Amino acid sequence: MNLNHILAWLPADQRRPLLHRLLIVWAVALPIALATWMGHQSDGQPHHFDVSLVYSYAISTCIWVFTDVSRFVFKRLLHAQGPFYWPPALRASVMLLVGVPAGYVLGTLVGDAYAGWSTWDLWHFNPNRFAGMVVTSVAISAAFVAFFYQRAKAESLASQVTQSQLMLLQSQLEPHMLFNTLAHLRALIGHDTERALAMLDHMNDYLRTTLHASRQPLQPLGEEFSRLHDYLSLMAIRMGPRLVFELDLPPALAATLVPSFILQPLVENAIRHGLEPVVAGGRIEVQASADGTQLHLTVRDNGCGISELALAETSRPSAHGGDSPHASWGLTHVRERLHGQYGVRASMDINSVPTGGTCVVLTLPSEKPIAA
Amino acid sequence: MNTAATALIAEDEALLAHTLQCELSALWPALRVLATASDGLSAVQLALQHRPDVLFFDIRMPGQSGLEAAAELAEEWPEHHAFPLLVFVTAYDQYALAAFDAQAVDYVLKPVRADRLAQTVARLQNALHQRQPGPNTSEQLDPVLSQLRALLRASNDAAKPEAPLQLLQASVGNQLRMVPVADVLHLEAADKYVRVFTADGAEVLLRTPLKELMQRLDPQVFWQIHRGSVVRATAIESVTREESGRLSLRLKGLPTRLGVSRLYAHLFKAM
Repeated sequence: MNLNHILAWLPADQRRPLLHRLLIVWAVALPIALATWMGHQSDGQPHHFDVSLVYSYAISTCIWVFTDVSRFVFKRLLHAQGPFYWPPALRASVMLLVGVPAGYVLGTLVGDAYAGWSTWDLWHFNPNRFAGMVVTSVAISAAFVAFFYQRAKAESLASQVTQSQLMLLQSQLEPHMLFNTLAHLRALIGHDTERALAMLDHMNDYLRTTLHASRQPLQPLGEEFSRLHDYLSLMAIRMGPRLVFELDLPPALAATLVPSFILQPLVENAIRHGLEPVVAGGRIEVQASADGTQLHLTVRDNGCGISELALAETSRPSAHGGDSPHASWGLTHVRERLHGQYGVRASMDINSVPTGGTCVVLTLPSEKPIAA
Repeated sequence: MNTAATALIAEDEALLAHTLQCELSALWPALRVLATASDGLSAVQLALQHRPDVLFFDIRMPGQSGLEAAAELAEEWPEHHAFPLLVFVTAYDQYALAAFDAQAVDYVLKPVRADRLAQTVARLQNALHQRQPGPNTSEQLDPVLSQLRALLRASNDAAKPEAPLQLLQASVGNQLRMVPVADVLHLEAADKYVRVFTADGAEVLLRTPLKELMQRLDPQVFWQIHRGSVVRATAIESVTREESGRLSLRLKGLPTRLGVSRLYAHLFKAM
């Protein structure tokens, strides 16, 4: 049986953090041992430093095993889902309530065995002192739990943010679009250098602004429109007369901040599900307008129109995981981001245009840029 | 084969179609490209009209996808002609590529590399050389049909995100009609809509393409019997082989006979 087999209950990526936490616990156990030793020196019941050391290390290590190590074991036994920093709250509190005293008792027994007396006797001749020791141990354990919990939660949130940024970037740099554009470039290079260069320039700008925008949650509307222009120009070179587009951004709104990529998925959707299926192609209009404190962003196409099924699904809050590649992913994603950023102050309306096509309107609070 | 091999290219981006044609003519000068289609619908018509030996189909095309076009072609292809060899051309379709590999269907990736295309050309020449001249027997078409079936299933599964649908919601005038999926006997594609026939004899028009709806129905319960036709399996009363060799079936409670296409005839074999 090798080490990996023995440690099967512990996910590989959690082994190092677990060890790390043990070292922190041990590092803190030393000053605690020192403090209790000095306490004993002054209260007239002196004992050797090694005894304090053994108590401190035995108790802290046992509590660590019962609270930190055990949660991975329980998690595995219970097949619990979710982020790994903590099992669901109720079970976690039960585990702490049982784990801390159990660790304390076991650690004390180890210390007693080393010192050759019984701590439990204290209960009889100095109950206050005994209670003080228990309260101190519990307080120290609670401080540790709070510290590790906060740390793990912060790490987990940071990795979730990174994950969603990656997903967003991946959805923007859709491989199908990239490779088709490259195929087009490859074909143009030979006989139409001018168009090849124009395409390459749009591609450059599109990639640069996409990478840039993926690193910031908000961006000026002007940047979003200029990236849309590059994207649509690339698509127009490929689709030829099948794609006509019009971008309408009043100059007064160019500096207004909006969530990065908030329009891009709608435009991609309009092309992918609206115009691409139609043999004759069609037209896309993107418009920004403001009334008072509200900003309206409209993406309209005259393509094949959204199906009743997709319309019913997108208007419902997404109960499923949401990472499956189905038709309304882009729409669901935009709705969730708007909701996350602005709550009920923002909305998304999807409508079938009676003459054919789809119209999506985003309404969000108009945020003025921070004065430089 | 004595006559020169012929081909058809279906690709919606004219420039890419042209480039593929140029590269093919460099690698295979004897190949005659009879036509170029720019969408999935005309691809089928042109193929039926010219009956080429080889088809180069882009996957994402307007009208219908390259896969759907191939499936339609398999249904419509005349009995006495050999079915063309198929090569799919795609920029990036993760699921499709996995399915092609699994079914040993030839494909080339865009941008098309000359050395990769040369391999495909060699394979096609070899396959055409070995092909027996003469009528199209069912043994010849069978492997093609089962490949296409597997590909269609794979592309459907890739898009299958959620639990099967329980209720269809169709707007009729200013009303919303709620049709329990459990009542549905038959679905028939009508352009980009679906006609829904229920057990109580009602008919509702749903503004959703059949392909999209199929992704949300349980394939054990609803069987596709034709490109444009899906039936509740337990509602099938009888299946008849007609003189032409084609199958047709009758549903309990519905008067019409429904044709079963070649692609789905394998569903109906006695136990």
